[in-house]
Amino acid sequence: MAKNVTDEETRAERREELIRGRPYEILRALRSALREIVSDRVGLFGVGVVGALVILAIFAPLIAPKDPAAQDLTDALKPPFWYADGDFANALGTDSLGRDILSRMIYGTRITILVGVSVVAVSGAFGTVMGLIAGYKGGRTDSIIMRVVDTQVAFPGLLLALVILAVIQPSATTVIVVLALNGWMVYARMTRGVVLSVRETPYVDAAEIVGCKPKRIIFRHILPNLTSPLLTLAVLEFARIILAESALSFLGLGIQPPQVSWGLMIAQGKDYLFSAWWLVTFPGVAISLTVLGVNLLASWLRVVADPQEREKRFAQSSTHQTGAGTGT
Amino acid sequence: MGRFAIRRIAQGLIVILGVTVVVFVVTRLVGDPVDVLLPLEATEEQRAEFERLLGFDRPIPVQFADYLGDVARGDFGESIWQQRPAMEIVFEHLPRTFQLVFPAMALMVVLAVPLGVLAALRPGRLSDRVTVVLSIAGLSIPQFWLGLLLIIVFAVELQWLPPLGFGSFRNLILPMVTLALPAVGRLAMIVRSSMIDELNQQYVKMATAKGLPYSRVVAVHALRNAGIPALTLTGWETIRALAGYSVIVETVFQWPGLGFLAIQSIERQDLILLQAIVFVVAVMVVLINVLVDILYKAIDPRIQLA
Repeated sequence: MAKNVTDEETRAERREELIRGRPYEILRALRSALREIVSDRVGLFGVGVVGALVILAIFAPLIAPKDPAAQDLTDALKPPFWYADGDFANALGTDSLGRDILSRMIYGTRITILVGVSVVAVSGAFGTVMGLIAGYKGGRTDSIIMRVVDTQVAFPGLLLALVILAVIQPSATTVIVVLALNGWMVYARMTRGVVLSVRETPYVDAAEIVGCKPKRIIFRHILPNLTSPLLTLAVLEFARIILAESALSFLGLGIQPPQVSWGLMIAQGKDYLFSAWWLVTFPGVAISLTVLGVNLLASWLRVVADPQEREKRFAQSSTHQTGAGTGT
Repeated sequence: MGRFAIRRIAQGLIVILGVTVVVFVVTRLVGDPVDVLLPLEATEEQRAEFERLLGFDRPIPVQFADYLGDVARGDFGESIWQQRPAMEIVFEHLPRTFQLVFPAMALMVVLAVPLGVLAALRPGRLSDRVTVVLSIAGLSIPQFWLGLLLIIVFAVELQWLPPLGFGSFRNLILPMVTLALPAVGRLAMIVRSSMIDELNQQYVKMATAKGLPYSRVVAVHALRNAGIPALTLTGWETIRALAGYSVIVETVFQWPGLGFLAIQSIERQDLILLQAIVFVVAVMVVLINVLVDILYKAIDPRIQLA
């Protein structure tokens, strides 16, 4: 009895200490995370771009100077502000209907994120499940699934996507569906590879011998190995999807007006190449910078999220610092 | 080697069949082809009549069997838009796409291989930086935007080249460069990394120790081994160009090839023509894949492909 009371007291004391000490620990963890991000300038650019994208998308109504759909035909085709007849109200100029380019670009981030996240979620979920089944079950199921994957990979998707979009009315939803159908295979292949390699490890072997059900093995042992490569792959796919959506919207088979997409803006500006170059240029810069940033984020994540890669980088940096070794 | 070739061709036929099935399913089941083909004011009787005429009221498997039979005979029906046999139209446009894609791929190889080799030989110097920057740019810049930018710079501002159209060599330059440039970045990176791998191998050190001039070692021995991944990527890029990017580039420059035809037939809802185009593209893709694989095996007999 006396022992239990003392235990409780100690536990209460320790809990209090933990709570008192927490803020400091949290701050320290944050600071070191921040230092890590900032020290890798390439990664910083990637994080910055994606962060800006998210902020712009969420706070678009507050940040954008004008309503992206507001037409003002008297102000049509105004050049950017550094021209004589441009002004700061429409900093990047206006399009043929007098809509502000900058505001439309800011609102375009919403579609970019919506389509990107949706496609990654759907194709990632489906592909990962397929890969898990193929890798874990093996045998006939495995070869059937992989046969389907290989067949679909062999044929570049744009043409099939075009056919599908030709028959269905294009919209944001159909774009998401078509791009997801096009993109699940890479998740399946990767997941299957990881599952196959993890299954050979002693700890999974032991778990199977002890009698763990497959569900437990998958969730407790296999899945944690998947998080890091899956995350990196998802981010890379996000970049590819931004490009794909903008290409589809440019062809008129993607996002439809009155919604705003950067690819659509370029298509709308295409007819004014000779008179109003800014209609085409700025949305394209937005696409390029975003895709570049996301790609850099992916390569930063690849190192940061994978403990083995972190060790490699740590080893490299320490040899640089001490100036040791045979040099690179 | 023969068995291998036969197996690859069989796999290729499966891909073609798969594509045909998908296109058929999409055009029949997903959308309603009759809605697509008839004007909006058509009455119920007219719709029923039209369905019977085109055979759309028969059960789907019967339609599919019929379709396969037609395809086997090479009959792809008449284009709704131009009232001519669809294949005829496709074969008119196909050579023009070849005239764009093949020079572009040649340009890609001519630019990328020396760049990649130089980058591997001089790490950290100019060619290396250029390769990396070009490859990253190729990853991030949308191809249609690159084409439009080139038009703005070269056709609008400088007025050196015509912005679009088809006919002379001057019309070819901008679309060709637009197709080639992103691929140059990717191919140069592959050449660079495989050259770096090869140059670190034992046999290179052995050859230089033996007394061979370094240029010969690089050009004859290392390059040959590094060529295999490069060949694979070239084949892959050609396929992507033919089956995907040509659609975009041809639309931007109004180049009257197969990709442009595809977009036009989509705009006019001409599903019959679209089916023919997709089939031809599928056959091309499979042919190139099989060709690359056979070349692969011919170059390096050690390779065991699944």
